[in-house]
Amino acid sequence: MTIATESRYVGKPMVRREDKRLLTGRGQYIADFTLPRMLHAAFVRSPVAHARIKSVDLSAARAAPGVVYALSGPELAKIVPPVSDSQLSLPAKWKSQIQHKFLNPQQPMLAHDKARHVGEAIAIVVAESRYAAEDAAELVAVDFEPLPAVVDAEAALKPDSAVVHEQYKTNTIGEFVLRKGDVDSAFARAKHKLRRRFHHHRYAAIPMETRGVVATYDERTDSMTIWSSTQVVHWVRKEAATMLGIPEARIRSVALDVGGGFGVKGHVYPEDLLIPFVARAIGQPVKWIEDRHEHLISACHSRDQIHEIEVAFDDQGHILGFRNDYVVDCGAWNPIGSGIAYNTAVHMLGPYKFQDFSVRARIAATNKVANAPYRGAGRPEAALVTERVMDLIAQELKLEPDEVRRRNMIRADEMPYAMGVPYRDGQPIVYDSGDFPSLLAKALSALGGMGAFRKRQREARAQGRYLGFGLGCYTEGTGVGPFESATVRVDPSGKIYVTSGACPHGQGMETIFAQIVADLWSVDPADVVVQLADTSAIAIGFGTMASRSTVTGSAAMHDASRRLQKKVLAIGANLLECAAGDVELRKGGVGIIGVPGKEISLAKIAHAARPGWDNGRPQGVEAGLEETNYWEPPTVTWSSAVHAAIVEVDIGTGKVTIDKYAIAHDCGTVVNPLLLDGQIVGGAAQGLGGALLEEFNYDAQGQLLTGSLMDYLLPTASDIPNFELIHQSSPTPLNPLGVKGVGEGGAISPPVVIANAVSDALREFGAEFNSTPIKPEQIVRAVRAGAARR
Amino acid sequence: MTEPKMSLVDVRLTVNGKPYAGQCEPRKLLVDFLREDLGLTGTHAGCEHGICGACTILFNGEAARSCIMLAVQANGAEITTVEGLAKGAELHPLQQAFHEHHALQCGFCTPGMLMAAIDFLKVNPAPTEHEVREAMSSVICRCTGYQNIVKAILAAAPKMRASA
Repeated sequence: MTIATESRYVGKPMVRREDKRLLTGRGQYIADFTLPRMLHAAFVRSPVAHARIKSVDLSAARAAPGVVYALSGPELAKIVPPVSDSQLSLPAKWKSQIQHKFLNPQQPMLAHDKARHVGEAIAIVVAESRYAAEDAAELVAVDFEPLPAVVDAEAALKPDSAVVHEQYKTNTIGEFVLRKGDVDSAFARAKHKLRRRFHHHRYAAIPMETRGVVATYDERTDSMTIWSSTQVVHWVRKEAATMLGIPEARIRSVALDVGGGFGVKGHVYPEDLLIPFVARAIGQPVKWIEDRHEHLISACHSRDQIHEIEVAFDDQGHILGFRNDYVVDCGAWNPIGSGIAYNTAVHMLGPYKFQDFSVRARIAATNKVANAPYRGAGRPEAALVTERVMDLIAQELKLEPDEVRRRNMIRADEMPYAMGVPYRDGQPIVYDSGDFPSLLAKALSALGGMGAFRKRQREARAQGRYLGFGLGCYTEGTGVGPFESATVRVDPSGKIYVTSGACPHGQGMETIFAQIVADLWSVDPADVVVQLADTSAIAIGFGTMASRSTVTGSAAMHDASRRLQKKVLAIGANLLECAAGDVELRKGGVGIIGVPGKEISLAKIAHAARPGWDNGRPQGVEAGLEETNYWEPPTVTWSSAVHAAIVEVDIGTGKVTIDKYAIAHDCGTVVNPLLLDGQIVGGAAQGLGGALLEEFNYDAQGQLLTGSLMDYLLPTASDIPNFELIHQSSPTPLNPLGVKGVGEGGAISPPVVIANAVSDALREFGAEFNSTPIKPEQIVRAVRAGAARR
Repeated sequence: MTEPKMSLVDVRLTVNGKPYAGQCEPRKLLVDFLREDLGLTGTHAGCEHGICGACTILFNGEAARSCIMLAVQANGAEITTVEGLAKGAELHPLQQAFHEHHALQCGFCTPGMLMAAIDFLKVNPAPTEHEVREAMSSVICRCTGYQNIVKAILAAAPKMRASA
């Protein structure tokens, strides 16, 4: 029996099978989906950041034209008691290694005791049209008793602060310490030390499609169907089952075409549960489509960390010791618990040898929108710290920034390299593969090298122009567990059917999984049927986030296929009247090794595998051709990259123009280079948005000042440069295909690359950019301050 | 009922070459009329305040945002939406270029992107990359980083010139 993997499609830049429907307006997003008798929901959201809810008057709303139903938070709390605060689900292996404390407040479906941020939902109104529902929602009167707003994350941690979750008597809802070696003695022996404060500001995913849910309840079978714009259909089903009190088997959760997610749709929101609840209560299908303003004030924000660091280093720029005390402003709720804060802690180590360090993280509750993962999930914050530190050491020692990095970098011949701390799955971090110095060399060479740049910089300066060079290196744990599922089936037609818990939202998974499965089965990708994001297709699944679907999904498909193929070959051999060891998969069927032609098609084998009379199975082979695998990765695989840019800063207007931007990247085996480039460029553009434009600003009362796309600036085609991509491939030994994740990577480095480049350009003004975003007004201010000092 | 329902107005317009007649409230947005009353859900509402451009259509041949227009304003107008671009199974050259250059990921902005680009290429049939980037800054894409959209438009331009 021979099961070879021939790479006929993996590695090819295949165009996407998803495109045609999306290009012709025939995709189906949640807003496009309708059901007979469907009603429309609108939410009443808090206009204040922090207040006790004294009463909610729905009488005018209930009497408004077209209104069918209305429900307030206090009313709902009487029908469905709020879920009590729970323990965070963290791997036991992690908990036993890391000193930590987490409080886990549970957000109710509607606020009933207090409003904890502007935008928190307090009541729902359901009407015959969205227009009518929104009109009626405006008639809802809420009596608030205002409380002092907790807006500043550091002030929130002080004993005299107002408290967001009063049961805890503190706003510190999470804390942990991560240590390695002996940082105190490292500092004691170091000749050089520096301290800095870094702030990575608050911004968010902002997919072009907002959130949305449609739910319908079938009384006859006591079952619920939920369609939503989500990255996690199985998680939605689980939470809905708990809330509705019906078995998971009676709930179907589906995601249609999803118009972007980037993490913000990666967990279950109160609205995802309330819409099914209301649909059952009314007995009619209910639809809710979030509008853009609602999205900005209620869908999760991200980033928002303040770091106070101290670094010790020697004359050569080697890092000897590193201390960091940081605060994550998590807003009013913390849906992903330790995820972001701990990602930051371990990714701060980057591609470098850190021997002695000590990190303390605190998670602060404030009266802002909840903080949840957005592309990078704690890693852009880590990169801002580490990569600014590298540049600051270089400046202190009058070395070039690439040289300091090179001196601290882990070399290729040191792989695999144990970092001495656990990942959030509890496994020890071991960089499984990669060549960081080579990535650095490639990125530098794409920009012409450091020496050539310095010459160009001097020449430009002589003409009164300010050029700067910025580097940003990172490593990224991708494809995290606990698992992903796949079911592979040989259809009666002979096509290979595959499904998985992965939930695509623009990545092109239908195309990628077809390529992978086509190679596994020696068939054409057109003969692979891919179905995703539907709990009725596969009982257990995890979902798409954390750069994991190609990594974990492909491995599950591989293992399920290999098991199923043994059966296919046994049946094929039976039909060919030879031994199972003498046959192989080829040309969409099974043939005798060394005897070309006469393949038995997979359709014939599927027919022979059926249960019942006159089947073609050999003795001992069970009926049916379907296998399911749950891939439980041993731990994450480590992707890596170096971003490098040359910028020009106009010191008069503060405008930053990106002259060149190169990305040298390593994500192991490449499944589809066309789509890979798309992921990297898309992520990098989002990173540049965060670096230069996007910003959630709150005033002292906790009012969001950037609550529309006129104020929250997303990058457009004229803001983003062409990126030059350089690929390096170090396949991981940790999964069958050698793939590492790539979804998030692009977004990690741009903020610090810009911070480094602008700081480099304005070095003569003594300007340091240690916080983001880097806006024209800050640049002009820094230039003026520097000029005044001279 | 505390107040009477809003009176309805007639809207007659041509969409993708086909005449349509409908009735709606005077306040109904054109994008909602296209999507809900005519079932043409290819036009997407991404921000409903005229910034993102996902709802861009051709209004009497010119790109316009259908989320900041009322349906009644389109009375008598000739509208083209993304559904009107392909000829049967044959994609419009711009759609084909988007496909070949991987100029879409989630696809939500794509209809607006296509309609805005068609108007732009009509006005400027042989643009430079800089001109494409400037013109296409009217539609926001969150997935692609624009690089492949720019490539696709530059690749489609000569084909559209040839077929014009």
